[in-house]
Amino acid sequence: MTEAPGLTPSQTAGPYLSIGLLRELVPTALVAPDDPGAVRIHGRLLDGAGDPVTDGMVEIWQADEEGRYGDEAFPGFGRAGTQDDGRFAFVTVKPGRVAWPDGGLQAPHLAVGVFARGLLKRVVTRIYFPDEEDANAVDPVLSALTAEQRATLVAVPDDGGLRFDIHLQGHAETTFFAV
Amino acid sequence: MSVGERRLPVVDDATRAGVDPPNDHHDYVGTRLRAPKQPLVILPGTETELTGPAYGESAVEANDADLTRQHAGEPLGQRIVLEGRVLGSDGKPLRGQLIEIWQANAAGRYRHAVDTHDAPLDPSFSGAGRCLTDDEGRYRFVTIKPGIYPWQNHPNAWRPAHIHFSLFGRAFTERLITQMYFPDDPLFPFDPIYNSVRDEAARARLVSAFDIELTEPDWALGFRWDIVLGGREATPLEEHHDD
Repeated sequence: MTEAPGLTPSQTAGPYLSIGLLRELVPTALVAPDDPGAVRIHGRLLDGAGDPVTDGMVEIWQADEEGRYGDEAFPGFGRAGTQDDGRFAFVTVKPGRVAWPDGGLQAPHLAVGVFARGLLKRVVTRIYFPDEEDANAVDPVLSALTAEQRATLVAVPDDGGLRFDIHLQGHAETTFFAV
Repeated sequence: MSVGERRLPVVDDATRAGVDPPNDHHDYVGTRLRAPKQPLVILPGTETELTGPAYGESAVEANDADLTRQHAGEPLGQRIVLEGRVLGSDGKPLRGQLIEIWQANAAGRYRHAVDTHDAPLDPSFSGAGRCLTDDEGRYRFVTIKPGIYPWQNHPNAWRPAHIHFSLFGRAFTERLITQMYFPDDPLFPFDPIYNSVRDEAARARLVSAFDIELTEPDWALGFRWDIVLGGREATPLEEHHDD
Protein backbone atom coordinates (compact mmCIF):
# COMPACT_ATOMS: atom_id res chain seq x y z
CA MET A 1 0.00 0.00 0.00
CA THR A 2 1.58 3.24 -1.14
CA GLU A 3 -1.01 5.73 0.02
CA ALA A 4 -0.63 7.01 3.57
CA PRO A 5 -3.57 5.91 5.70
CA GLY A 6 -5.94 8.57 7.01
CA LEU A 7 -5.67 9.54 10.65
CA THR A 8 -8.20 8.28 13.16
CA PRO A 9 -10.25 11.29 14.35
CA SER A 10 -10.55 12.34 17.96
CA GLN A 11 -13.74 11.92 19.99
CA THR A 12 -14.58 13.19 23.44
CA ALA A 13 -13.34 11.20 26.42
CA GLY A 14 -16.78 11.73 27.94
CA PRO A 15 -17.77 11.85 31.62
CA TYR A 16 -16.64 8.33 32.50
CA LEU A 17 -12.96 8.56 31.57
CA SER A 18 -11.90 7.64 35.10
CA ILE A 19 -13.02 4.04 34.51
CA GLY A 20 -10.35 3.49 31.94
CA LEU A 21 -7.72 6.10 32.65
CA LEU A 22 -7.58 7.05 36.32
CA ARG A 23 -6.27 3.77 37.60
CA GLU A 24 -3.03 3.03 39.37
CA LEU A 25 -0.85 2.98 36.25
CA VAL A 26 -0.18 6.69 35.81
CA PRO A 27 0.63 8.68 38.96
CA THR A 28 -0.22 12.18 40.12
CA ALA A 29 3.05 12.19 42.07
CA LEU A 30 6.02 11.93 39.70
CA VAL A 31 8.38 12.15 42.66
CA ALA A 32 7.91 11.51 46.36
CA PRO A 33 6.56 14.52 48.26
CA ASP A 34 9.76 14.57 50.36
CA ASP A 35 12.02 14.60 47.29
CA PRO A 36 14.41 17.58 47.63
CA GLY A 37 13.15 19.06 44.35
CA ALA A 38 9.49 18.23 44.85
CA VAL A 39 7.02 20.92 43.91
CA ARG A 40 3.27 20.64 44.25
CA ILE A 41 1.38 22.06 41.31
CA HIS A 42 -2.34 22.34 41.76
CA GLY A 43 -5.21 24.23 40.24
CA ARG A 44 -8.78 24.13 39.09
CA LEU A 45 -10.28 23.31 35.72
CA LEU A 46 -13.04 25.83 35.04
CA ASP A 47 -15.61 26.27 32.29
CA GLY A 48 -16.85 29.42 30.59
CA ALA A 49 -19.29 30.17 33.42
CA GLY A 50 -16.49 29.86 35.96
CA ASP A 51 -17.93 26.60 37.21
CA PRO A 52 -15.65 23.70 38.05
CA VAL A 53 -15.23 20.90 35.55
CA THR A 54 -15.66 17.89 37.80
CA ASP A 55 -15.26 15.10 35.28
CA GLY A 56 -12.07 16.07 33.49
CA MET A 57 -8.51 14.82 33.37
CA VAL A 58 -5.26 16.76 33.22
CA GLU A 59 -2.09 15.14 31.89
CA ILE A 60 1.44 16.51 32.19
CA TRP A 61 4.52 15.61 30.18
CA GLN A 62 7.89 17.03 31.13
CA ALA A 63 11.65 16.65 31.12
CA ASP A 64 13.62 15.76 34.23
CA GLU A 65 15.65 18.30 36.19
CA GLU A 66 18.48 18.03 33.66
CA GLY A 67 16.18 18.66 30.72
CA ARG A 68 16.06 15.06 29.53
CA TYR A 69 12.85 13.47 28.29
CA GLY A 70 11.81 9.89 28.96
CA ASP A 71 14.61 9.07 31.36
CA GLU A 72 14.03 5.70 32.99
CA ALA A 73 14.49 7.14 36.44
CA PHE A 74 11.93 9.84 35.76
CA PRO A 75 9.25 8.92 33.22
CA GLY A 76 7.89 12.48 33.26
CA PHE A 77 4.24 11.67 32.64
CA GLY A 78 1.41 12.20 35.08
CA ARG A 79 -2.37 12.22 35.17
CA ALA A 80 -4.86 13.73 37.57
CA GLY A 81 -8.63 13.58 37.51
CA THR A 82 -10.48 16.75 38.44
CA GLN A 83 -12.47 16.57 41.66
CA ASP A 84 -15.85 17.95 42.69
CA ASP A 85 -14.43 21.45 42.94
CA GLY A 86 -12.56 21.10 39.64
CA ARG A 87 -9.31 20.68 41.50
CA PHE A 88 -6.32 18.68 40.31
CA ALA A 89 -2.84 18.34 41.78
CA PHE A 90 0.55 16.92 40.88
CA VAL A 91 3.79 16.50 42.76
CA THR A 92 6.75 16.78 40.44
CA VAL A 93 10.07 18.55 39.90
CA LYS A 94 10.84 21.65 37.89
CA PRO A 95 12.27 20.41 34.60
CA GLY A 96 15.52 21.60 33.11
CA ARG A 97 15.59 23.77 30.02
CA VAL A 98 15.22 22.11 26.63
CA ALA A 99 16.25 23.32 23.20
CA TRP A 100 14.25 25.47 20.82
CA PRO A 101 14.44 24.25 17.21
CA ASP A 102 16.01 27.46 15.86
CA GLY A 103 18.61 27.57 18.63
CA GLY A 104 18.57 28.75 22.19
CA LEU A 105 16.79 27.27 25.15
CA GLN A 106 13.21 27.26 26.32
CA ALA A 107 12.30 28.22 29.84
CA PRO A 108 11.37 25.29 32.10
CA HIS A 109 7.85 24.18 31.31
CA LEU A 110 5.40 21.30 31.52
CA ALA A 111 3.28 20.28 28.55
CA VAL A 112 -0.35 19.93 29.60
CA GLY A 113 -3.20 18.07 27.96
CA VAL A 114 -6.80 18.40 29.14
CA PHE A 115 -9.60 15.96 28.39
CA ALA A 116 -13.25 16.16 29.47
CA ARG A 117 -16.82 15.69 28.45
CA GLY A 118 -17.55 18.58 26.11
CA LEU A 119 -14.04 18.58 24.68
CA LEU A 120 -14.13 16.77 21.36
CA LYS A 121 -10.34 16.62 21.38
CA ARG A 122 -7.53 17.28 23.78
CA VAL A 123 -6.70 20.90 24.51
CA VAL A 124 -3.04 21.66 25.09
CA THR A 125 -1.31 24.28 27.17
CA ARG A 126 1.95 24.74 29.08
CA ILE A 127 2.83 25.51 32.68
CA TYR A 128 5.79 27.87 33.24
CA PHE A 129 7.46 28.66 36.57
CA PRO A 130 7.22 32.03 38.32
CA ASP A 131 10.74 31.83 39.79
CA GLU A 132 12.28 31.67 36.30
CA GLU A 133 11.89 35.33 35.39
CA ASP A 134 15.09 35.57 33.36
CA ALA A 135 14.46 32.38 31.41
CA ASN A 136 10.80 33.27 30.92
CA ALA A 137 11.75 36.72 29.58
CA VAL A 138 13.68 35.19 26.70
CA ASP A 139 11.57 32.09 26.19
CA PRO A 140 10.67 31.81 22.50
CA VAL A 141 7.05 30.96 23.29
CA LEU A 142 6.34 33.34 26.15
CA SER A 143 8.12 36.26 24.49
CA ALA A 144 6.00 35.84 21.38
CA LEU A 145 2.75 36.26 23.31
CA THR A 146 0.90 39.23 24.71
CA ALA A 147 1.25 40.02 28.41
CA GLU A 148 -2.30 38.79 28.95
CA GLN A 149 -1.56 35.51 27.23
CA ARG A 150 1.70 35.07 29.12
CA ALA A 151 -0.04 35.60 32.42
CA THR A 152 -2.26 32.58 31.79
CA LEU A 153 0.75 30.30 31.39
CA VAL A 154 2.86 31.14 34.43
CA ALA A 155 1.93 29.37 37.65
CA VAL A 156 1.35 31.46 40.78
CA PRO A 157 3.10 30.75 44.09
CA ASP A 158 0.85 30.01 47.02
CA ASP A 159 1.17 28.18 50.29
CA GLY A 160 0.24 24.92 48.61
CA GLY A 161 3.12 25.20 46.14
CA LEU A 162 2.25 26.53 42.71
CA ARG A 163 -1.26 27.23 41.50
CA PHE A 164 -2.22 26.91 37.85
CA ASP A 165 -5.90 27.34 37.04
CA ILE A 166 -7.09 26.32 33.60
CA HIS A 167 -9.89 28.44 32.15
CA LEU A 168 -11.41 26.70 29.16
CA GLN A 169 -13.29 29.89 28.18
CA GLY A 170 -14.04 33.39 29.37
CA HIS A 171 -12.12 36.62 29.86
CA ALA A 172 -9.24 34.73 31.47
CA GLU A 173 -9.23 31.90 28.91
CA THR A 174 -5.97 30.03 29.16
CA THR A 175 -3.70 30.26 26.12
CA PHE A 176 -4.00 26.97 24.28
CA PHE A 177 -1.66 25.60 21.66
CA ALA A 178 -1.87 23.66 18.43
CA VAL A 179 0.84 20.99 18.50
CA MET B 1 5.78 45.59 29.09
CA SER B 2 6.94 45.36 25.50
CA VAL B 3 6.02 42.42 23.42
CA GLY B 4 8.57 40.89 21.12
CA GLU B 5 8.20 41.64 17.43
CA ARG B 6 8.31 37.97 16.68
CA ARG B 7 4.95 36.31 17.04
CA LEU B 8 4.04 32.68 16.78
CA PRO B 9 1.40 31.93 14.16
CA VAL B 10 -2.12 31.22 15.31
CA VAL B 11 -4.92 29.08 13.95
CA ASP B 12 -8.62 29.26 14.73
CA ASP B 13 -8.82 25.60 15.61
CA ALA B 14 -6.51 22.61 15.53
CA THR B 15 -7.69 19.86 13.25
CA ARG B 16 -5.08 17.29 12.37
CA ALA B 17 -5.16 16.69 8.61
CA GLY B 18 -8.76 17.90 8.54
CA VAL B 19 -10.05 14.87 10.45
CA ASP B 20 -10.64 16.06 14.00
CA PRO B 21 -13.90 17.61 15.06
CA PRO B 22 -13.91 21.34 15.75
CA ASN B 23 -13.73 22.33 19.41
CA ASP B 24 -16.98 24.20 19.07
CA HIS B 25 -19.70 21.86 17.84
CA HIS B 26 -22.96 23.45 18.89
CA ASP B 27 -25.11 20.32 18.54
CA TYR B 28 -23.06 18.72 21.30
CA VAL B 29 -24.30 20.83 24.19
CA GLY B 30 -21.37 19.94 26.42
CA THR B 31 -19.03 21.95 24.18
CA ARG B 32 -20.79 25.25 24.72
CA LEU B 33 -19.17 26.23 27.98
CA ARG B 34 -16.07 24.11 27.59
CA ALA B 35 -14.68 24.45 24.08
CA PRO B 36 -11.98 27.15 23.99
CA LYS B 37 -12.89 30.16 21.86
CA GLN B 38 -9.59 31.97 21.35
CA PRO B 39 -7.28 31.12 18.45
CA LEU B 40 -4.64 28.51 19.19
CA VAL B 41 -0.98 29.42 19.16
CA ILE B 42 0.93 27.07 16.86
CA LEU B 43 3.99 25.55 18.49
CA PRO B 44 6.77 24.25 16.31
CA GLY B 45 7.68 20.68 17.19
CA THR B 46 10.18 21.08 20.02
CA GLU B 47 11.55 18.21 22.03
CA THR B 48 8.61 18.64 24.40
CA GLU B 49 6.10 17.89 21.68
CA LEU B 50 8.11 15.30 19.75
CA THR B 51 8.71 12.99 22.68
CA GLY B 52 6.16 11.15 24.77
CA PRO B 53 5.66 8.56 27.45
CA ALA B 54 6.26 4.89 26.72
CA TYR B 55 4.98 1.91 28.63
CA GLY B 56 6.26 -1.65 28.62
CA GLU B 57 5.06 -5.09 29.59
CA SER B 58 4.87 -4.12 33.24
CA ALA B 59 1.93 -1.82 32.44
CA VAL B 60 -0.28 -4.75 31.56
CA GLU B 61 -1.43 -7.64 33.72
CA ALA B 62 -3.12 -10.92 32.95
CA ASN B 63 -6.78 -10.48 31.97
CA ASP B 64 -6.34 -6.76 31.32
CA ALA B 65 -7.15 -7.45 27.67
CA ASP B 66 -9.99 -9.85 28.43
CA LEU B 67 -12.82 -7.92 30.03
CA THR B 68 -14.88 -11.08 30.38
CA ARG B 69 -12.40 -12.66 32.81
CA GLN B 70 -11.87 -9.94 35.37
CA HIS B 71 -14.40 -11.34 37.84
CA ALA B 72 -15.38 -14.72 39.18
CA GLY B 73 -18.42 -14.85 36.91
CA GLU B 74 -18.79 -13.99 33.23
CA PRO B 75 -20.50 -10.76 32.24
CA LEU B 76 -23.84 -10.85 30.44
CA GLY B 77 -23.95 -9.77 26.84
CA GLN B 78 -22.74 -10.59 23.36
CA ARG B 79 -19.14 -11.75 23.63
CA ILE B 80 -16.87 -10.10 21.05
CA VAL B 81 -13.27 -10.24 19.91
CA LEU B 82 -11.88 -6.87 18.92
CA GLU B 83 -8.68 -6.81 16.95
CA GLY B 84 -6.77 -4.37 14.81
CA ARG B 85 -3.49 -2.61 14.20
CA VAL B 86 -2.07 0.66 15.38
CA LEU B 87 -0.23 2.46 12.60
CA GLY B 88 1.70 5.67 12.22
CA SER B 89 0.61 8.16 9.59
CA ASP B 90 3.35 6.66 7.40
CA GLY B 91 1.54 3.33 7.54
CA LYS B 92 4.18 1.68 9.71
CA PRO B 93 2.96 -0.47 12.59
CA LEU B 94 3.50 1.00 16.05
CA ARG B 95 4.76 -1.71 18.37
CA GLY B 96 4.58 -1.69 22.15
CA GLN B 97 1.79 0.87 22.19
CA LEU B 98 -0.29 0.96 25.36
CA ILE B 99 -4.00 0.98 24.60
CA GLU B 100 -6.51 1.75 27.33
CA ILE B 101 -10.22 1.17 26.78
CA TRP B 102 -13.42 1.66 28.74
CA GLN B 103 -17.05 0.99 27.98
CA ALA B 104 -20.60 0.52 29.24
CA ASN B 105 -21.91 -2.93 30.07
CA ALA B 106 -24.33 -4.83 27.85
CA ALA B 107 -27.27 -2.96 29.37
CA GLY B 108 -25.73 0.42 28.54
CA ARG B 109 -24.60 1.30 32.06
CA TYR B 110 -21.14 2.43 33.14
CA ARG B 111 -19.70 1.41 36.45
CA HIS B 112 -19.40 5.02 37.54
CA ALA B 113 -21.08 7.10 40.23
CA VAL B 114 -22.14 9.76 37.72
CA ASP B 115 -24.01 7.29 35.52
CA THR B 116 -27.56 7.20 36.83
CA HIS B 117 -29.12 5.52 33.81
CA ASP B 118 -31.88 3.20 34.95
CA ALA B 119 -30.23 0.01 33.71
CA PRO B 120 -28.61 -2.73 35.77
CA LEU B 121 -24.97 -2.86 36.70
CA ASP B 122 -23.30 -6.18 36.00
CA PRO B 123 -21.32 -7.46 38.99
CA SER B 124 -19.15 -9.42 36.56
CA PHE B 125 -18.15 -6.45 34.41
CA SER B 126 -15.89 -3.49 35.20
CA GLY B 127 -15.61 -2.22 31.63
CA ALA B 128 -11.90 -1.30 31.62
CA GLY B 129 -9.11 -2.92 29.64
CA ARG B 130 -5.52 -2.49 28.57
CA CYS B 131 -3.11 -4.09 26.19
CA LEU B 132 0.14 -3.51 24.35
CA THR B 133 0.49 -3.81 20.59
CA ASP B 134 2.75 -6.58 19.34
CA ASP B 135 5.59 -6.31 16.82
CA GLU B 136 3.10 -5.91 13.95
CA GLY B 137 1.25 -3.19 15.82
CA ARG B 138 -1.58 -5.59 16.53
CA TYR B 139 -3.89 -5.45 19.53
CA ARG B 140 -6.64 -7.81 20.67
CA PHE B 141 -9.36 -7.43 23.28
CA VAL B 142 -12.08 -9.82 24.36
CA THR B 143 -15.12 -8.09 25.80
CA ILE B 144 -18.89 -7.82 25.42
CA LYS B 145 -20.69 -5.51 23.05
CA PRO B 146 -21.58 -2.36 24.98
CA GLY B 147 -25.23 -1.37 25.17
CA ILE B 148 -26.75 1.78 23.76
CA TYR B 149 -27.68 4.29 26.44
CA PRO B 150 -29.64 7.54 26.71
CA TRP B 151 -28.06 10.89 27.53
CA GLN B 152 -29.41 14.34 28.16
CA ASN B 153 -28.00 16.24 25.17
CA HIS B 154 -31.37 16.70 23.45
CA PRO B 155 -34.82 15.08 23.68
CA ASN B 156 -34.70 11.32 23.19
CA ALA B 157 -30.92 11.30 22.75
CA TRP B 158 -29.13 7.94 22.67
CA ARG B 159 -25.45 7.24 22.10
CA PRO B 160 -24.54 4.69 19.44
CA ALA B 161 -22.78 1.68 20.94
CA HIS B 162 -19.12 2.57 21.39
CA ILE B 163 -15.89 1.74 23.18
CA HIS B 164 -13.54 4.50 24.33
CA PHE B 165 -9.91 4.12 23.22
CA SER B 166 -6.86 5.96 24.55
CA LEU B 167 -3.46 5.84 22.82
CA PHE B 168 -0.13 7.61 23.14
CA GLY B 169 1.54 7.35 19.75
CA ARG B 170 5.24 8.12 19.46
CA ALA B 171 5.04 11.67 20.73
CA PHE B 172 3.00 14.12 22.79
CA THR B 173 1.59 15.40 19.49
CA GLU B 174 0.13 11.98 18.69
CA ARG B 175 -1.81 11.42 21.91
CA LEU B 176 -5.34 10.40 21.01
CA ILE B 177 -8.55 9.61 22.84
CA THR B 178 -11.38 8.52 20.61
CA GLN B 179 -14.36 6.19 20.34
CA MET B 180 -14.82 3.07 18.26
CA TYR B 181 -18.30 2.34 16.93
CA PHE B 182 -19.99 -0.75 15.54
CA PRO B 183 -21.15 -1.11 11.94
CA ASP B 184 -24.66 -0.10 10.88
CA ASP B 185 -25.64 1.51 14.15
CA PRO B 186 -29.11 3.03 13.64
CA LEU B 187 -28.22 5.96 15.88
CA PHE B 188 -25.42 7.36 13.70
CA PRO B 189 -27.63 9.99 12.01
CA PHE B 190 -28.73 11.36 15.38
CA ASP B 191 -25.49 11.43 17.34
CA PRO B 192 -23.79 14.83 17.58
CA ILE B 193 -20.53 13.34 18.84
CA TYR B 194 -20.12 10.92 15.94
CA ASN B 195 -21.22 13.65 13.51
CA SER B 196 -18.81 16.19 14.97
CA VAL B 197 -16.28 14.70 12.55
CA ARG B 198 -17.22 16.64 9.44
CA ASP B 199 -15.32 14.62 6.88
CA GLU B 200 -17.36 11.59 5.87
CA ALA B 201 -14.36 9.39 5.12
CA ALA B 202 -12.75 10.30 8.44
CA ARG B 203 -16.00 9.60 10.27
CA ALA B 204 -16.17 6.17 8.68
CA ARG B 205 -12.73 5.42 10.15
CA LEU B 206 -14.32 5.46 13.61
CA VAL B 207 -16.45 2.45 12.73
CA SER B 208 -15.21 -1.12 13.17
CA ALA B 209 -15.98 -3.82 10.64
CA PHE B 210 -17.59 -7.16 11.35
CA ASP B 211 -15.07 -9.84 10.44
CA ILE B 212 -16.17 -13.44 9.94
CA GLU B 213 -12.53 -14.56 9.93
CA LEU B 214 -12.06 -13.10 13.39
CA THR B 215 -15.33 -14.58 14.57
CA GLU B 216 -14.75 -17.68 16.68
CA PRO B 217 -17.20 -20.53 16.10
CA ASP B 218 -19.62 -21.13 18.96
CA TRP B 219 -17.91 -18.44 21.04
CA ALA B 220 -17.61 -14.79 19.95
CA LEU B 221 -18.25 -12.34 17.13
CA GLY B 222 -15.19 -10.65 15.62
CA PHE B 223 -14.78 -6.95 14.88
CA ARG B 224 -11.75 -5.35 13.28
CA TRP B 225 -10.64 -1.75 13.74
CA ASP B 226 -7.34 -0.13 12.79
CA ILE B 227 -6.12 3.07 14.41
CA VAL B 228 -3.83 5.57 12.69
CA LEU B 229 -1.92 8.04 14.85
CA GLY B 230 -0.19 11.24 13.84
CA GLY B 231 0.32 14.82 14.84
CA ARG B 232 -0.50 17.99 12.92
CA GLU B 233 2.58 17.71 10.75
CA ALA B 234 5.67 17.23 12.85
CA THR B 235 7.63 13.99 12.74
CA PRO B 236 8.34 12.48 16.15
CA LEU B 237 11.91 12.08 17.28
CA GLU B 238 13.38 8.67 16.74
CA GLU B 239 11.72 6.03 18.85
CA HIS B 240 13.74 4.71 21.74
CA HIS B 241 13.46 1.07 22.62
CA ASP B 242 14.55 -0.10 26.01
CA ASP B 243 14.26 -3.80 25.27
